[in-house]
Amino acid sequence: MTTVTPSKPYREHLLRPGNTNCAGCGMSVGLQWLDEALGELEPVLVIPSCCGIVTAGAFPTSGYGMPTAATTFASSPAVATGISTVVNMTEYENPVICWAGDGGTYDIGLATLSAAAERNEDIIYICYDNEIYGNTGGQRSGATQIGAVTSTTSGGKTEGKKDIMAIMAAHRIPYAATLSIGNRKDFLKKVRYALSVKGFRFLLMLSPCPTGWKSEPDQSTELVELAVRSGLFPLYEIFDGVRYRINQRPDSTPVDTYLEQQNRFRKLWNNSEDIQAHIDAQWRYLEAMATVFPAKAPSSTR
Amino acid sequence: MTRTLATGNHVAGYALALAGEANRDARGCCAGAYPITPQTEIIEYLSDFSFSRGRVVLVESEHSAMGVCIGASLAGARAFTASSSNGLAYMTENIFSAGYYRLPIVMMAVNRTLGPPWNIWVDQGDSLMMRDAAWLQFYCDSHQDLLDTTLMAFRVAEDHRVMLPVIVALDGFVTSHTQMVADLPTQEQVDEFLPNCLIPHGLKHAHPTTVGGMTMPNETEHHRFEIQQSMENAISVLEEARNEFEGIFGRRPAGALETFEIEDAETILVACNTMARTLHNVINERRARGEKIGMIRLKMFRPFPREELLKAIGNAKRVGVMDRNHSPGSGGIFWQEIAATLIGRNDVLLQDYLVGLGGGDVTPENVNAIIDDLNRRESASTPEWKDTSV
Ligand SMILES: Cc1ncc(C[n+]2csc(CCOP(=O)(O)OP(=O)(O)O)c2C)c(N)n1
Ligand code: SF4
Repeated sequence: MTTVTPSKPYREHLLRPGNTNCAGCGMSVGLQWLDEALGELEPVLVIPSCCGIVTAGAFPTSGYGMPTAATTFASSPAVATGISTVVNMTEYENPVICWAGDGGTYDIGLATLSAAAERNEDIIYICYDNEIYGNTGGQRSGATQIGAVTSTTSGGKTEGKKDIMAIMAAHRIPYAATLSIGNRKDFLKKVRYALSVKGFRFLLMLSPCPTGWKSEPDQSTELVELAVRSGLFPLYEIFDGVRYRINQRPDSTPVDTYLEQQNRFRKLWNNSEDIQAHIDAQWRYLEAMATVFPAKAPSSTR
Repeated sequence: MTRTLATGNHVAGYALALAGEANRDARGCCAGAYPITPQTEIIEYLSDFSFSRGRVVLVESEHSAMGVCIGASLAGARAFTASSSNGLAYMTENIFSAGYYRLPIVMMAVNRTLGPPWNIWVDQGDSLMMRDAAWLQFYCDSHQDLLDTTLMAFRVAEDHRVMLPVIVALDGFVTSHTQMVADLPTQEQVDEFLPNCLIPHGLKHAHPTTVGGMTMPNETEHHRFEIQQSMENAISVLEEARNEFEGIFGRRPAGALETFEIEDAETILVACNTMARTLHNVINERRARGEKIGMIRLKMFRPFPREELLKAIGNAKRVGVMDRNHSPGSGGIFWQEIAATLIGRNDVLLQDYLVGLGGGDVTPENVNAIIDDLNRRESASTPEWKDTSV
């Protein structure tokens, strides 16, 4: 596990000790790196129903060191809109950050998310994507990979994963990027860039869930590295929805090394052609976009 | 103060805008807005209003309209919206959230029948559906009542002894789209009546908490108990606000209920909204003929004004309830509440009349037929269906 040292003891940490995350949860690393990238900025967190709100623990304690609104499942972008409206009206500097699971993002909250993006609300939306409904015990979501066994797809999911980055890019938002908890430098750089831009910013973080992925807690960051290196989880940025920048290309790491360490993918062990075909198609698309619409200068900053 | 001829929706929009504007020196105001007949003109009015510090967010659904209000209110703004019928149904999850978060949001509910089958006319079933959502509820019978009630709603909601959201209901079309004379207040008067909105449990960096996070059963019980206490506080807070209102605006708005000719009445009818005005005329005529009859206009439904109602019913022998709503498998919702209030009062014959459902015009003839039926009765029966088309 990577250890995190904040640049200076500036303020309360975003994630407090004693939170209820499972060992090896991707959120634990993601929230600490987000905290580091924020520096002295003091955000307001908006979290819908998901594991991320369980992280806070039970009243009157809070696992978050920043004011946090626990919203209904589909509502985080709407509630964040109300908060950021007031923050902007009153000239406060607090970034308003939605921290939501894939269920709240790809599925039930998609209309709300789309509308907030379309209005270009001044919000950073981070989806920690564990590719299941973790909170309710690991059911399939629109983010679940093809072939993955979940508590509602015992034979393996027959449909592929929704391309949420393409959906968000189609809204022509100022910034969208993917984040890896296996690449701290890249993670911090992108979050800091997101913090410097006004308008709707979307960040997608692959978030290991040992409980649902049936993987070893101490393998979480390595798993994400494998997902990146095999090409399954590409690291890239999209500026204004149209200009693409690829941050890391796949090396020759076979996707099987990623699949084999997770029991949820047991149906794909020695049977990874479909998912490899998905990876190849995804990269043909990304390379084409990055060639035809390359990101030269970053879009306007605050 | 200007005396103006205006539609109900216009009056509602005006009241919301002035209330929002009155918070300009604090954290401003914010509305989440989504159209549905017959309230649409309210959100159109708000969208056109230029707030000094305020924003109307044109969202993609009622669920998000209330979501925006919740966020704005958590951040300290005065928040409001309007909806009707299926819009309220779609918003339901966040209506409950706003109540349980204890945010003083004010919502106009322009009453309309829930569909399918689609019907845009008045029926109170939509706002009454929210009776358990920890919102105060007021029902208005005229444009002036609507204006006064809306301003009072903010005052009562934001009082720290209450700190709960408020629904202000008015009849679709009958009130929303007709014009009536109303005295519209000035911004200065509203500024004086509505102090800056202060939400003690909002989002604060000085004391970061998770608002709306998990609680254990005992804490949840406590939370509900406190809401009940605040609901009970609302009755006296409303009385204080009426006094303040009178001092500033020069007229006294209605309280939890209004009575007419009840002193020696043996028969009492109960109704709300514009049906109560028709009823008022009928009572007048029957009184002139020497009948011992009176009426109660229920204005406040949550908290339900039990004591005031018992006092108003006094020694009446017969009480008839006119319900423009229907809870399938039970009956009228006002009737259920009044029946619960009258537990132990076996001396009172309480009869429910389901009337004007789906927007049927409730005429003086319909009301007279109800009263005749009530006066003829030896005993109460299950709720009577009164078809307004005959
Ligand atoms: C309207 C509504 N439907 C269902 C639920 C139950 N529920 C709570 S969290 C959750 C799944 C969350 O999944 P995701 O967003 O992927 O986050 P995770 O739990 O995996 O972190 C569900 C279905 C709910 N809270 N609200
Ligand atoms: S169930 Fe998964 S996502 Fe939820 S806290 Fe545990 S590891 Fe994290």
